[in-house]
Parts: sequence; structure tokens; C-alpha cells
Amino acid sequence: MLIAIAIIFTFIISSAMIRWAGANPFAAFKYLLGSPLQSKFGITEAILSATPLVLTGGAVALAFRAGYWNIGAEGQLLAGAICATFVGLHADGIPHWLGIILMVIAGALGGMLWAFVPALLRSRLGIDEVVTTLLLNPVALLVVTGLLNGPWRNPETKFPETQVLSENVFFPRVYPGSRIHLGLIIGIVALAICWWVVGRTAGGLKMRAVGLAPGAARIAGLKVERTLFTTALASGAIAGIAGAGEVAGVAHQLTDGISPGFGYTGVVVATLAALSFPAVLLISFVLGIINVGSFSASRALSIPSTIGEVVQAVLLTTVVSALVFMKYRIVLDKGKHRD
Amino acid sequence: MIETLIGIIGATLRISTPLVFASLGEVITERAGMLNLSIEGTMYTGAFVGITVAAQTGSLTTGLIAAIIAGAIVGCIMGFLVITLGVNQHVAGLGLTLLLISASNTANRILFTNKDGMVRVDPWKPFDFAGPIFSQYWLTYAAFLILAPALWWLLWRSGIGIRIRAVGENPESADVAGISVARTRYFALALGGALMAAGGAFITLAFLGSFTINIINGRGWVAIALVIFGRWGIWRTVSGALLFALVSATQQQLRLVPALSDLPFEILLALPYLAVIAGLAITGRNVPYPGAYLKPYRRL
Repeated sequence: MLIAIAIIFTFIISSAMIRWAGANPFAAFKYLLGSPLQSKFGITEAILSATPLVLTGGAVALAFRAGYWNIGAEGQLLAGAICATFVGLHADGIPHWLGIILMVIAGALGGMLWAFVPALLRSRLGIDEVVTTLLLNPVALLVVTGLLNGPWRNPETKFPETQVLSENVFFPRVYPGSRIHLGLIIGIVALAICWWVVGRTAGGLKMRAVGLAPGAARIAGLKVERTLFTTALASGAIAGIAGAGEVAGVAHQLTDGISPGFGYTGVVVATLAALSFPAVLLISFVLGIINVGSFSASRALSIPSTIGEVVQAVLLTTVVSALVFMKYRIVLDKGKHRD
Repeated sequence: MIETLIGIIGATLRISTPLVFASLGEVITERAGMLNLSIEGTMYTGAFVGITVAAQTGSLTTGLIAAIIAGAIVGCIMGFLVITLGVNQHVAGLGLTLLLISASNTANRILFTNKDGMVRVDPWKPFDFAGPIFSQYWLTYAAFLILAPALWWLLWRSGIGIRIRAVGENPESADVAGISVARTRYFALALGGALMAAGGAFITLAFLGSFTINIINGRGWVAIALVIFGRWGIWRTVSGALLFALVSATQQQLRLVPALSDLPFEILLALPYLAVIAGLAITGRNVPYPGAYLKPYRRL
């Protein structure tokens, strides 16, 4: 009910902007939400667009569950993409299956590496991870552009992009006639593992305890710092795999536009999903629809395609407001995760 | 050599100006017990609204005032989310940042890039006297000579300052003492937002005279780090902004050194960010966060 009100508010607020852009809001929303669902191509493109969000959303949700405010998924994704590209540029003569495994490992390692310093500073020195993870995002982008303008510049086109990677590392397409790739399966598996670990294992119980009441967890003898450190690295690894997926599954090369903010959108996904892993999958798909729809709306109504980002950000703001009100309601269904 | 040094000092003051505005705005907000992660978006909005209004009215001052008003409004929206509703401050701030940046970019396309390219104004010129160190924009003078002392006085010597610090340290006691926690916090967010937006407007109205996407480029996050580095004090935060700007100005000069021309300039561009993280690692241990930091206040 409250979520419905939030969506109505989102519609009203976004409509002001759409109207100003010179389009009918109803027509715009028909394109934003409807047009991707009207064709098989649109649906598969929305799923493709959702694939990195499944991973970054899962990564952020995992960290937030432990009360670790990892807002550096963007940088971790880029670091994963860099390491995966390194593998892809040196993968001649290895079997395809090995290439894929190496890509995933490289992505995870890159993401962990990028998450390492903030995690260490937080767990050893108690330094706020919000600032350090945020500050490393522009640094990761600078590393990407540095490599693309330097050693990795395409020798043929001279453009700041790498040459096309070895085919031995391409993620296979998983649905014929579409661009949906192995990254989606990896994302769903990662969400399932997160869901199982957080909800069903002793380690996950510790994580949730640290997230809900760090003081009480410490008194109960839990190693709060170690839990935060491990969670931060796991979160970084998942975000890094998203980067590997974009390189190996979609672009097949590294460009400076490899991520149009997938890491930041991961925060939107995780929050809209109320940090529930199954919901991350659903929300990623919804945002994927808006992403694809914003381009058809832009073409059809000649409004800026960035309107899709506005709608997503308004949705985030209204839904978190609605979620606050839900805290003050008696919740009847037991076992349902809150917060 | 001396000329290079003088150039670096002059550039340091210039680069630090938007950071002084923004980080002091964040000091006021955090002293009242709230983290305002909308800072990056507020600066972005200030930069965009400032130049847009200046271009439409032909008056840079009107543009700056519009940016300040816009920043105060954003502060009030943040206040509605985190004070009135009690939304998690990390999520509310980051959500507002994403919203403000995407809305500014969309408005930029509607108003300018879809029609005649880019919005431009004839920016403020630096005063021209007594060599490059003192040839600064009036906003730079205002930041160091007026704003910082005034905010110090406001925070430590005025009744409003006592109330801000009280609701940030112990809102329960402040409430019992008859201070309106909500009203004080709204005031802190509005004032802080106005300052952040002014910092953003400095970049478009004085520094560049134009607006490009990604114009703030993490300066807001740097400002938040500077507040921690400055331990929520006015002068330590200003010093932090100067240190950061010094690293930035130095790396700009290093790019001109022939011996370093083989070094990718991206490494130098990354230096200031890494310096902030290193600075936090050295000084950020056991810092005295305001007592009610991140905690929404509810009367029981």
C-alpha cells in the first residue's frame, strides 16, 4: 500500500520533469516501462541491462546487511573489469572453459583488491568506510583511462579502448537470439549463495548481528572487526565480477564507458530491495526495464535519456520514505526480513 | 623556481575555495548530528543553477544567490527525509545526490545541449594586484576572510552555535532544555546546503564560466573527508582544504615538468584523492564524532 503511494509520488515528481522536457508524462512512462516488455528483444535487452545490477546490488546488499557502508561498488566493478581485461589480453591458446574461470577469478580479485584498503582502514583503525570507498571510485576510473591512454590503447584504431579480447574469455550467450550472457547465471548464483550464507549459516548470523547491533555483538564475543573485513572483501569480489561480466559478456574490450554508474545504481537496487537478496533480482530487472525504456522514450519523444536516471533516483527517495512508515506498522507475516 | 612556488600558492587558494565552502557547510551539518551525503549533488546543483540563472539574467550575482537558495532548499528536502521521516542518512543523502545530478544533467540537456550546445557566461575575473598570490576571486577572499571567521563565531560564540552543537551531541538534553531539535537541525542543513551550493557555483561562475557533466568530480566526497580530518573544527577543516588544494596545485605543476612527461597524467590526477585517504589513515583514528551522529531523534 505504502509502496503504491511511493510509486504514485514518483510518477508525479518525475512527470514535472518530463512535462518540462516537452513530452506527455503518460506517453513517457508508457515507453519507460511498457515498450521494453512489448517485444522479446526488449525483454532480453532489459535482462542484459539488469545483469551487472544483480551483482552490484547483491554486493551492496551484502555489505549493508553487516552495517558496512560500501559505496565503492563502482570502483570495485572497474577494478574487476581491469583485472579481467588483463586476463583477456593474455589469453591466447588457453581453453575456453579455463578462460571463463580465469575471468571470473580475475574480476573477483580486482574487486577485492579495491575493497581491501577501505576494509583494512575500517577494521584496524576505525576509519569511516563511506568516505574511503567513495573516494576510490574516481581513482578507479582514472586507472582505467590511464591504461587506455597508455599501454592498453588500441594499436589499430588509436582510440582510448583496448583491442578486442581473446575469444577464449568471452562469456557464452545463454539464451539464443539475445545478448544475455553467462554473467546473469553467475549473478543469480551469487545472490543464492549470499541468501544462503546470510540467512542460513553461523557466519551469516554473526554478520546480521554485527549489522543490527555492533555494540551488543562485541559484548557477546563476536569479532566485529573481522566480520566487517570479511564482508567488505566478499562485497568487493561480487562487484568485481560484475566488471568482468561487462568486459567478457557485453563489450569484449575495456572502454572508459564500461560502467555508466552500475556501482551507484547497485546502492539504489539494494535499498529498493530492502536488502533482501531475492528482491535484488526483481528490482534489477525493473531498473533494467527503465534503462532500456529510457532510450526508447528518448528516441520517440525526443526527451533526454537521463530521464530514466531521474525516475530511478526519485523512486529510491520515495520508497525509502515509505519503508520508514512500514517500520511503524504491525507486521503479521513472521520471519519476513525488515531493514 | 620562486615563480613556480608563487604560482602553486596562488592555485592552492583558488582550488581550495569551493572545498572551504562545501566542507564548512558539512561541518555545520555534522555538528548538528547529521551526515549529509547529498553534498556532492548539492554542489552539482549549485554549479548548474548558478550558471543557468546567471546566463538567463545576465547577472553573476543573481546566479550565485539562486544557487544559494537552491542549496538551502535541498538542505530542507534532506531535512524532511532524515529529520521529519527519520530515513537512514546514508541512503537519503546518496539518493538525493543521484537525484540532483541526474536532474541537473537532464535540465542541462533540455535547456542547452539539445539546442545551442553549451551554457556559458563571462565569469568573474580575479582581482589583479600584488602578484599571483593575491590575485584571487572575490569569493576566495570571502571564503577565507569572512566566511570562516563568521562560521567560527556562529558555531562557538553565538546562541545558534550552542544549539547546533547541543542537538548534535545530546538531543535529549537539548530538548529538555527547551531547544527545538528539529528546527535547529533544519537550520543546520539549510545553511550547510547553501554553503555547499555556493562552493559548486564558484566552479561555474568564477573558475570555468561553463558547465560540463561530472563537473564536481568527487569534490563533495573530498569535503566530507576534510571534515573528519578537521575533527569538526572550522580552522582545522580549512587547513585540510588548503593541504588538499596544495597537493592538487602541485600535481598540476608536476605535469608541466619535462622529466615527468612520460608519467601518465592520470597518476598525478589520482594523487589528491590518495592523499586524502592517506591523511585520514594517519589522523582519522579515534576521532571524536558528534555524540548523536547518524542518529535520528524521536521523542519517546
